Amino acid sequence: MISLELYNYWVVIFLMMAGFYILIASDHLIKKVIGLNIFQTSVFMLYISMGKVSDGTAPIAVEGVSNYSNPLPHVLILTAIVVGIATTSLALALVIRIKEAYGTVQEDEILVMDQNADHGTSSEGPVHEQKLPKADKQ
Amino acid sequence: MIIEHLPALQVVLPLLAAPICFLIPNNRLAGLFSVLVTWVAFVISIALVMATQDGNELHYSFGGWEPPWGIEYTIDTLNSYVLLIVSGIAAVVFPYSMTSIKKEIPQSHHRLFFTSMLLCFAGLLGMTTTGDAFNLFVLLEISSLSSYTLISLGRDRRALTASFQYLIMGTIGATFILIGVGLLYALTGTLNMADLAMRISSIGESRTLQAAFTFLLVGFGLKLAMFPLHLWLPNAYAYAPSAVSAFIGATATKVAIYALLRFLFTIFGVEFSFEAMQVHWLLMPLAVMSIMFASIVAVFQDGIKKLLAYSSVAQIGYMLLGISLANATGLTATLLHLFNHALMKGGLFLILGAIAYTISSTRIDDVRGLGKAMPLTMAAFVVGALSLIGVPLTVGFISKWYLILATLEKGYWPLTVIILISSLIAVVYMWRVIEKAYFHPRPEGSPTASEAPMSLLLPAWLLISANVYFGINTDLSIGLASSAASMLMGGPN
Amino acid sequence: MGLMPDDLIVLALAIPLFTAAGVFLASSWPNLREGITLLGSVLLFFTVIALLPDVLAGERPSLQLAEILPGLNISFTIEPLGMLFATVAATLWPINSLYSFGYMRGNNEGNQTRFYLFFAIALSSVMGIAFAGNLITLFVFYELITLSTYPLVTHAGHAKARDAGRIYLGLLISTSIGLLLPAIIWVWYLTGTTDFVAGGILKDHINGPLLTLLAVMFIFGIGKAAVMPVHKWLPAAMVAPTPVSALLHAVAVVKAGVFSVVKVIAYIFGLEILKDAPGIDWLLGAACFTVVVASIVALQQDNLKRRLAYSTIGQLSYVVMGALILAPLSMVGAALHIVVHAFGKITLFFAAGAIYTASKKAEVSQLNGIAKRMPSTMAAFSIGALSMIALPPVAGFLSKWYLLLGASQEQQYMAMAVIVLSTLLTAGYFVPIIYAAYLKDEDAVQKRDHGEAPLLMVIALSFTACATVLLFFFPELPLALAQAVGVVTP
Repeated sequence: MISLELYNYWVVIFLMMAGFYILIASDHLIKKVIGLNIFQTSVFMLYISMGKVSDGTAPIAVEGVSNYSNPLPHVLILTAIVVGIATTSLALALVIRIKEAYGTVQEDEILVMDQNADHGTSSEGPVHEQKLPKADKQ
Repeated sequence: MIIEHLPALQVVLPLLAAPICFLIPNNRLAGLFSVLVTWVAFVISIALVMATQDGNELHYSFGGWEPPWGIEYTIDTLNSYVLLIVSGIAAVVFPYSMTSIKKEIPQSHHRLFFTSMLLCFAGLLGMTTTGDAFNLFVLLEISSLSSYTLISLGRDRRALTASFQYLIMGTIGATFILIGVGLLYALTGTLNMADLAMRISSIGESRTLQAAFTFLLVGFGLKLAMFPLHLWLPNAYAYAPSAVSAFIGATATKVAIYALLRFLFTIFGVEFSFEAMQVHWLLMPLAVMSIMFASIVAVFQDGIKKLLAYSSVAQIGYMLLGISLANATGLTATLLHLFNHALMKGGLFLILGAIAYTISSTRIDDVRGLGKAMPLTMAAFVVGALSLIGVPLTVGFISKWYLILATLEKGYWPLTVIILISSLIAVVYMWRVIEKAYFHPRPEGSPTASEAPMSLLLPAWLLISANVYFGINTDLSIGLASSAASMLMGGPN
Repeated sequence: MGLMPDDLIVLALAIPLFTAAGVFLASSWPNLREGITLLGSVLLFFTVIALLPDVLAGERPSLQLAEILPGLNISFTIEPLGMLFATVAATLWPINSLYSFGYMRGNNEGNQTRFYLFFAIALSSVMGIAFAGNLITLFVFYELITLSTYPLVTHAGHAKARDAGRIYLGLLISTSIGLLLPAIIWVWYLTGTTDFVAGGILKDHINGPLLTLLAVMFIFGIGKAAVMPVHKWLPAAMVAPTPVSALLHAVAVVKAGVFSVVKVIAYIFGLEILKDAPGIDWLLGAACFTVVVASIVALQQDNLKRRLAYSTIGQLSYVVMGALILAPLSMVGAALHIVVHAFGKITLFFAAGAIYTASKKAEVSQLNGIAKRMPSTMAAFSIGALSMIALPPVAGFLSKWYLLLGASQEQQYMAMAVIVLSTLLTAGYFVPIIYAAYLKDEDAVQKRDHGEAPLLMVIALSFTACATVLLFFFPELPLALAQAVGVVTP
């Protein structure tokens, strides 16, 4: 029988599928980023759940406690969270630039615009130059 | 002895150099600095190859934490070979990029460009060096994130969408890898690769192990653009700045292949991967499909960069095919092709960069008449094309020879036929370009083209002549590839 | 000369390459450029001739250049067949160069530097293929010939030339990569070597239907031998300037094809094991079919060069046939035919080019009475035609004689019948031309008033015509070499 004791894994799977679905189904770039985030978060929870030892406390050395949760997955996931944030911020930065260049963040519209450009002249000629923001102002 | 610290230095040097490069106020100095770093890294990787030549392994434990607790960097014949490829390509592409970005990236971004390149370089070297499964994920993300940035620097706005698409697919892949590593940890309680290998071999049948295997396979499949997970690659290569296409095209997928090899052979072991999971029956059809499908699609491209990108997908198919044959010759073919394909695609993308620099376009229609206007550039392109097709005396021939030999050893002659057919298709798509360049006049009204500057031609010719040199003198590439292959087939260690 | 045979091999490969480099550097000075070509071709001739005595004495000079894979070398060994082929090519190059100067200038062709450059590179590849010591070396130079002659075929640069170039490259590359290369790898896989050894290397390694399959892969994989159905590239290549058609598509390239076929049969298979291969007669049948059908097609061609091209296809299959009859005597005939046909066909092409240069006529139906205006050219043409038909006292007779002897020895009645039939057909497509040129009256309206072609061209074609006759009377040298082909030397 499926045990409800492991309910957090069910949450993980639910979040993972939900995130994945948003990622695939949505045409809105921001929503895609959100989906990606949910997807990643589910994996973080998977790791943290793994580290849990039943009846264990937080892994802080205290007298009289001998049963700790495993700290390593926590540490790992801290790193993964940092990576996740970097990814999200980069993705959002790209979305802003896409909005500047195309005037929209709907993927289907962008696709149509790109196809029209293809028919017009080429796929690799510099038809629509993007403007890079000035870096020195940062 | 300094040699003990080389494994760490190989990665730490470019990693530390990246922020320093950002702080250097002068664009040109920043460029020169990064070039210097890649050259030192190249020297280090040569030293590592020499140190591991006779089957030695180098170990380095970070912070003095002994493995399996701390992070360990391990160098053996396989990854020293991959390090050589990555740093060799970097040592050529970085000086090249100093000129090529002048017309592609605004002045204000040059420092950022070099910083990202160094980060990407460090990430790739790290993925190759590390002996820790989770560390591999982190370094993979370092290289991926910086390559998303680099791709988005392309001139056309489609570089942005290409980069975003790659980011989404790449992150999904990386997260799958993360899940796989997590499951492995849950099962064994260790992240050290050697330790993992030991414990997995004693586990026997386990659902978790199979799930971890699948997640890792799909994750790496995404990163290395295995058919049908290759959709991000053509646009990413096509719209990135030329130097980035050359660098990423020649190294990133190779490192992903290396990581896949590491997991399939070292960590899971031949027995589990090929006997319990029968992975070759998955890889083989996928490889065949990527070879055929991508080759055919390449024929119908009107941009040369995209054409080469699809050809890359096909070439990745060759490498997967070699793995799926699961014999020493096939594996040697795969490893050889890592090296050889880096040389040919690197060279070809550099030439395209020189063309883009001169005529601001890489469309097939726009290279008309360049055979006369840019004889040295186009001659290099012809040699590169011949190598891609697999004409004897070039590296492409050596790879194909080994691959065909491997299929014959297995008795899978239909695969032989497929390899040959795809070579013929390569003739078709490469010849479309060559014919336009040599047997059509320059279109009227097009800007007059003259030879690209030496600072672009020299690196391009360097890689192209390496195609010929290593096609004749194969001691180095075959020696390294076959000893790495026999190491992999021999199981862990 | 104080040079060792090894040095001579290197020289034979390098001289054309240096010539090419010289041509490239001298591109702005046409006279110097042509001088370099001529000098290079004469030097090559003497180099090759200097190798002759050693080979005739039974020596087999050899040289290893590089080892690309363990056991897989780029190496050269000179044996009689290669010597024969190299001698023919080296003899005809200087003559063809003279002819080219006249033709290219007479017709004001563009891109002349490219023309001479790739011509020289092609010649270097021909030397490579002639001296190849193993299959892989042969393959390398085989591909180099294809690639270096491609710019010559598409020389004119217009759409028709490009289309022809595509067919040329497409057929030759696809057969060589698709069939020849796997056949070579197969041989290597079976025996661990690809060296040419008199008597063959495949004995005890392969038999039965697979052996036949391997033979089929070789015969059709060597597309340059133009056995039907892989012959289409040859008529397509006729868009090239005539000197290219003459030296390359009547001599160097196509002979490289049949040379490779003979070499593979004599030095890889060996005559003995092929005799037991089931269905090998069908392969002989394919060659016979090509001989007959190509001759019939030639009958219908009005364009002179295309007629010659189809004639070449037929004549090439004689050589393949000679090899596949699998008798030592027919092998001699095959080797001899390489020489004899070379001299005859180059004469014919020279004449066709001379006619075109002088009168701009390219169709057979326009040639009425032309012998009055161009007596030397048409005389040479007639000699060439007689050689094709194989009448004495012209050289063509010799090789057919040996082919017939071999066929009767092996009781290959089909082959004998084909030889006789095609002789009639050959007469059928050449005699009307000669008849029209000498005996018919000129058409009343002439586009241009012309006399003989430029002197250089006439000299060249007279020379080859004389050589064709002389070969009949003094066949000792080629015969000696041909008889040594495939003979196991102690």
